[in-house]
Amino acid sequence: MFDLHGFGDQLLLGLGMTLKVAAGGLVLGLVLGLLGATAKLSRAKPLYWLAATYTTLMRGLPELLVVLIIYFGTAGLLTRIAGWLGHDGYVELSPYAAGIVALGLAFGAYATEVFRGAIQAIPAGQIEAARACGMGRLRIFLRITLPQAWRVALPGLGNLFQVLVKDTSLISVIGLEELMRKSQIAIANTKEPFTFYFAAALVYLAITVIVMLGQHRAERWAARGQPGSTT
Amino acid sequence: MNLEWGVMLESLPRLLQGTLLTLELVALALVAGGLLSVPLAMLRVSSNPVLRALPLAYTFFFRGTPLLVQLFLFYYGLAQFEVVRESIFWPIVREAYWSALIVFTLNTGAYTTEILRGAIQAVPHGEVEAARAMGMSGGTLYRRIVLPRAYRIALPAYGNEIILMLKASALASTITLLDLTGMARTVIAKTYLPVEIFLVAGAIYLALTFLLVNGFRLLERRVLRFQQPRTA
Amino acid sequence: MPHRLTLTLLLVLFTGPLFAETLRIGTEGAYPPFNTIGKDGQVAGFDIDVARALCERMNAECTFVTQDWDGIIPGLLARKYDAIVASMSITEERKRAVAFTDPYYSNSLSLIAKAGAKIDTANLAKHALGAQRATIAADHATELVGDDAKLYDTQENAYLDLGAGRIDVLVTDTLPGYDWLQSPQGQGYAFVGDKIDIDDKIGIALRKGDDGLRQRLNAALKAIVDDGTYAKINAKYFPFSIY
Repeated sequence: MFDLHGFGDQLLLGLGMTLKVAAGGLVLGLVLGLLGATAKLSRAKPLYWLAATYTTLMRGLPELLVVLIIYFGTAGLLTRIAGWLGHDGYVELSPYAAGIVALGLAFGAYATEVFRGAIQAIPAGQIEAARACGMGRLRIFLRITLPQAWRVALPGLGNLFQVLVKDTSLISVIGLEELMRKSQIAIANTKEPFTFYFAAALVYLAITVIVMLGQHRAERWAARGQPGSTT
Repeated sequence: MNLEWGVMLESLPRLLQGTLLTLELVALALVAGGLLSVPLAMLRVSSNPVLRALPLAYTFFFRGTPLLVQLFLFYYGLAQFEVVRESIFWPIVREAYWSALIVFTLNTGAYTTEILRGAIQAVPHGEVEAARAMGMSGGTLYRRIVLPRAYRIALPAYGNEIILMLKASALASTITLLDLTGMARTVIAKTYLPVEIFLVAGAIYLALTFLLVNGFRLLERRVLRFQQPRTA
Repeated sequence: MPHRLTLTLLLVLFTGPLFAETLRIGTEGAYPPFNTIGKDGQVAGFDIDVARALCERMNAECTFVTQDWDGIIPGLLARKYDAIVASMSITEERKRAVAFTDPYYSNSLSLIAKAGAKIDTANLAKHALGAQRATIAADHATELVGDDAKLYDTQENAYLDLGAGRIDVLVTDTLPGYDWLQSPQGQGYAFVGDKIDIDDKIGIALRKGDDGLRQRLNAALKAIVDDGTYAKINAKYFPFSIY
């Protein structure tokens, strides 16, 4: 259908990079989301405010701007941290790392709210019961809260992951050679913008469909054994 | 980190000028996208599978691909074809401003369609049945019962969509427009101070979001007043 | 100190090489024939050939980092690379932010429009002007028409829009313009008016204070000009000397 003028391989390489960044952003974002939700539900005021500031900032700033700020703006900060760790050298983020950090930060902020809602949906009686059994706070979190909360959180997280996949295209502006950037390189050589942007659009659509299917299966799997489930 | 406060202050007038374009694009796209979404959402809940499929294909494409791709596909992609360049639409498509506005409209229209569809389906059956029993049908039913109810149900989700549109509008800068982000990048090209200028731009975006969120909260409180527990 | 260990690990994983033995060169990759990215995904062009020749002279290993033009100086300052070899004009404005080597070629500005189009070069404000953002061509276009000038992320996008008729006149560096006019897409377009000679010299940009690197690059540049390497590279791209 498409004549990609021999740039098919490059697009595939770009797709690989897109998936790698998305996966990295997802892992970082899930960790940040769990930490954020725990902090927001914590009774320690400073923790609450820290998490609240984080989510407010990330939910109010355009992702494009976050990508640019992380890429250009964190070198000074990182070098200072590295110095504290005993490094004398200069430290900076590659476009790849900057992309993962920026997307992870954005995902984490929204995931904080998803996790918070899910944790709050667990009946207080269960926590009290666990406490009465003599479980510690960490154990309650791992054994009671988390196994139930993630099921509630799953649909929300799936939607966030779809957003994350699409946002990987923004990292092309700092030079990471993911799908979008590879398309632009192909266009510079072939002067066929429609062909390559359309091809890229179809690939993103395909990823979205796969994520949606995976989400559906994961939700069904998570709901197994629950009342009302069909499997 | 030592920031160049002087440069940040000097950049402010130009960035505010960019902010005006950002607001203009977002406001117009939201209005146009909102208008577009009403008939499409109604088609989405239609019982005819063909009528349902058309808006579904549209929302699927615009929600399933990155806005950046849509923008480039429309702005740079369409110009690849002679037919487009010689059509009567070219005077509109050739303008970056109109391209951004059209793509933003189609994009937010797709998300709004789905929000509204969900809301229409969430309107309690009893209300629709009651209206039918009163002899209402078709347009009247939608205008008097379904849509007013659906708007209220959709309000919180739509509030989020407005914020997302505001943030997404930063992409206008990638097709030569001098919106807030575009202006920031142009100023950086002169000052080489990305951190400072992006921080100012970021602060402006945050201020806009803050205003929007709180404005919307007021609106919600007003429109959804009947749902709140009585205080007195 | 397990936490410090993890943090260090993370830093190592996520950041570039901490102790670079190699010279990292920043370039744009979207500026034919000076720097482009080809089918194989590798950078190529006049700038790249010159940079490789210089590195060979200096016995340094070179790696290339591509960066969009409007972020290329911020990228250098943020140490994403150590030198910019990307056809950068030496200007007073840029000198406030970065240091330059001796020039490695000369450039002027030109206007390109559709062949036969009636362009009033005395009153360009009448026409839709475009240029690449953050270039001296953009400065020139902005001087002429202010914020009405359309500024593009890449020269390629400016060409696309010139071809699409979104702009009437492209303000561009003469040499890439010359190259584009030779290409299939450039057929039917021509230079209009006179070259705008602004005594423009192209140099390699470095961070201020990297004097050692600057001197080594200058010495290498002199050497490749003297031994004919430069002329060979020049002849690959242009039938006339651009030094």
